[in-house]
Amino acid sequence: MAIHMSKKIKEGIIETSLFLCALSSVLITISIVIVLGYESYGFFKVVSLKEFLTEKEWTPLFFEPKFGILPLVTGTLLTTSIALLVALPLGLMVAVYLSEYAPHRMREIIKPVLELLAAVPTVVYGYFALLFLTPVLQKFLPDLSGFNALSPGIIMGIMIIPYVSSVSEDSMKAVPMHIKEGSYAMGATKLQTAFKVVIPAAFSGIAAAFIIGISRAIGETMVVAIAAGMMPNFSVNPLEPVQTLTAYIVQVSLGDVPHGTIEYKTIFAAGITLFMMTLVFNLIGFWLRKRIREVY
Amino acid sequence: MVNETIKAEVKNLNFYYGDMHALTNINLSVAEKKVTALIGPSGCGKTTYLRCFNRMHDLYPHNKYTGEIMLHPDNINIISPNVDPIEVRMRISMVFQKPNPFPKSIFENVAYGLRVRGTSNRSLLSETVEKSLRGAALWDEVRDRLDKPAFDLSGGQQQRLCIARALATEPEILLFDEPTSALDPIATSKIEDLISELKKEVTILIVTHNMQQAARIADYTAFMYLGELIEFGDTDTIFVNPHNKLTEEYITGRFG
Amino acid sequence: MEDIKQRIRISKYWNGVFWIIGFLSTLVGLVLLLVLMIDLFIDGAPRLSYKFFSSFPSRFPEEAGILSAWVGSFLVLLVTAGAAIPLGVAAGIYLEEYARKNWVTDIIEINIANLAGVPSIVYGLLALGLFVYLLKFGETILTAGLTLALLILPMVIMATREAIRAIPGSIREASYALGATKWQTVRWHIIPYSMGGILTGIIIGLSRAIGETAPIITVGALTFIAFLPAPPVTSEFPFISFKWLMDPFTVMPIQMFNWVSRPQKAFQMNAAAAGIVLMGMTLLMNGVAIYIRYKFRKKIKW
Repeated sequence: MAIHMSKKIKEGIIETSLFLCALSSVLITISIVIVLGYESYGFFKVVSLKEFLTEKEWTPLFFEPKFGILPLVTGTLLTTSIALLVALPLGLMVAVYLSEYAPHRMREIIKPVLELLAAVPTVVYGYFALLFLTPVLQKFLPDLSGFNALSPGIIMGIMIIPYVSSVSEDSMKAVPMHIKEGSYAMGATKLQTAFKVVIPAAFSGIAAAFIIGISRAIGETMVVAIAAGMMPNFSVNPLEPVQTLTAYIVQVSLGDVPHGTIEYKTIFAAGITLFMMTLVFNLIGFWLRKRIREVY
Repeated sequence: MVNETIKAEVKNLNFYYGDMHALTNINLSVAEKKVTALIGPSGCGKTTYLRCFNRMHDLYPHNKYTGEIMLHPDNINIISPNVDPIEVRMRISMVFQKPNPFPKSIFENVAYGLRVRGTSNRSLLSETVEKSLRGAALWDEVRDRLDKPAFDLSGGQQQRLCIARALATEPEILLFDEPTSALDPIATSKIEDLISELKKEVTILIVTHNMQQAARIADYTAFMYLGELIEFGDTDTIFVNPHNKLTEEYITGRFG
Repeated sequence: MEDIKQRIRISKYWNGVFWIIGFLSTLVGLVLLLVLMIDLFIDGAPRLSYKFFSSFPSRFPEEAGILSAWVGSFLVLLVTAGAAIPLGVAAGIYLEEYARKNWVTDIIEINIANLAGVPSIVYGLLALGLFVYLLKFGETILTAGLTLALLILPMVIMATREAIRAIPGSIREASYALGATKWQTVRWHIIPYSMGGILTGIIIGLSRAIGETAPIITVGALTFIAFLPAPPVTSEFPFISFKWLMDPFTVMPIQMFNWVSRPQKAFQMNAAAAGIVLMGMTLLMNGVAIYIRYKFRKKIKW
């Protein structure tokens, strides 16, 4: 009655192979940490952490280089903030509208179109920000420079709306009907139910959606590389050119920077800063989404 | 149970879902080529007990069996950790509560069990498929649409298809888990007739929440309550002259 | 009573206001998309011609074309698909059918969730250090393809898992009850029934890969490529060549980026035209994915 050993061995081999494929994700993360860490280590042997974090200028390619990361970080934070000012409120409104108000047919049409918004290549968005939106904005804001933080920020914001709205909407739709019914039965309108009952109940999911939006905005490269300019600028004025962490890496990669030089290592220093920022947000988001699943 | 060949003997069976003690000290003999029914109120453990026979519990974590279920004539304890569940399932088949045909053709549904065992010879498969469909009283209704999707069949037909699928592998015991609870009365009676025919070839264990069904088709009946076997005997005795007070109360509808 | 009626009127008023705000918010994104596509079309349509598709880039905008770019994109995507599909689907199957609930599985899941949120340019940096320099693959199609494969891997894994999760447990039980092993159940039931969802996820992942620019710049795609990589099919034995994997290359989004960065207006027209082609490819792939999803839902309804 014995099952052939060969069958059992075959099953074991298959399971192990599949396991190794799943393990690859861990290997990738480890590789990222090693590569970024190794090159950054080389960087920090030359540049002190103090200079890196407190120096207000970032000019690694100059004759007398300065290695302060703050201008790049402010560039990233400025464009991200503008994007979030657009994406978070709009994304939430869209989510509330689609989950509580819109008729079924409209949802069916709008959802795929919103997904399309997220599918457009970012280089196309960059083109649009530089060559369409900036000139349009300049009509209203004559001080707006050709490269600025405002235009890419707005485009990034709209680009991120689908991420925010779809996760928020899913968690709002997951709020059980009987909770909503309790509110309606007391004579509340859709607006009151949405804001007083549904949103608080779906809070974890909405927070997770916001986190996803933040993470996406921080990591965006092409829109800012094309439309925000390549000049590090330690300022919070959205009308001026800025350079983000991501755009800097692109700038160096486009040029002829030899492997192993300090300039080469700077892109890894910028990279590890970027990775840390998004890691923190990703972990918060993961923990939040896990909490939702436990609640329901 | 005089003069009966025993197909399976359950000795001191205990089952645990994690920490929860779901079945306590069950002792029972299953007669060969007869229908044994398991009745009792919801939650009494009859489905849990049934699923021990084909090691379904092994699919999920934190389950534990103690005791023995000895399969005859080779005297093997089928719930022993040394016995591969797959081997057990090749000898003991199951029909589920809600018909669950595969989203494949009728032919492929019935042939699946054979393919799992390595049969790929087309003519052998066709022969066995026809035999099984006849055995399930479905052949005449589907003979000219064997390659159509199984989902096109009605609920009752789907359940008979699942029975054919289970028969195709020539099981020694056929387990039925409330097979007619999702079906209308006509489909139900067709399946009850089928079961009465099938017992000539195969030992049958059936869980049912419908006492009248047990009374109609079962040779032996076991009454369970809160994970214990309260009473077991031939159907007539259980229903007409039960020994245990609890059994009598359940039969007469005082609870459950 | 009047007081309550007044309250209700105010609530209803605000409700109506919000309906309009919500509707308009939804419209913002859609309108932007429309304006973007129209603008792109107006700017770039004049440049679209057979010549555009069959010419190499050039110093003269009227002569410049996307030949090396779209061929490059196609070849890179080939490598990406070849790497990401087997790896991602296998990982998805393992996590849904085989993995037990222990700390190893948790670590794998956290990693996948994190990788999905890592900025694409960080993948470029990883590839630079690992593929270009450590493994000495150099600044080639192979490197680019592998980089993008890593980028879309989380997408493929998640799509596979979602598709598998949709399969009801009763089908699995039916298969096991007939004596099937785990692999038999996976091979004959799980994979065929989830194929629609998996394919959809793969195509959407590939459509994302085709538009990726940042990591490709980092691994050294050149922006001025006036030649094609070696052809994959040759006229002599063994008829299939892998030389193209190690050739330098460019891809569509990089060509567009390069043109958009030039100050001359004429090059901007090229950029817009490239953008139209790129959008066209993306929309086509998304459309195919949606179609496949639709066809499969018709075939298998649980």
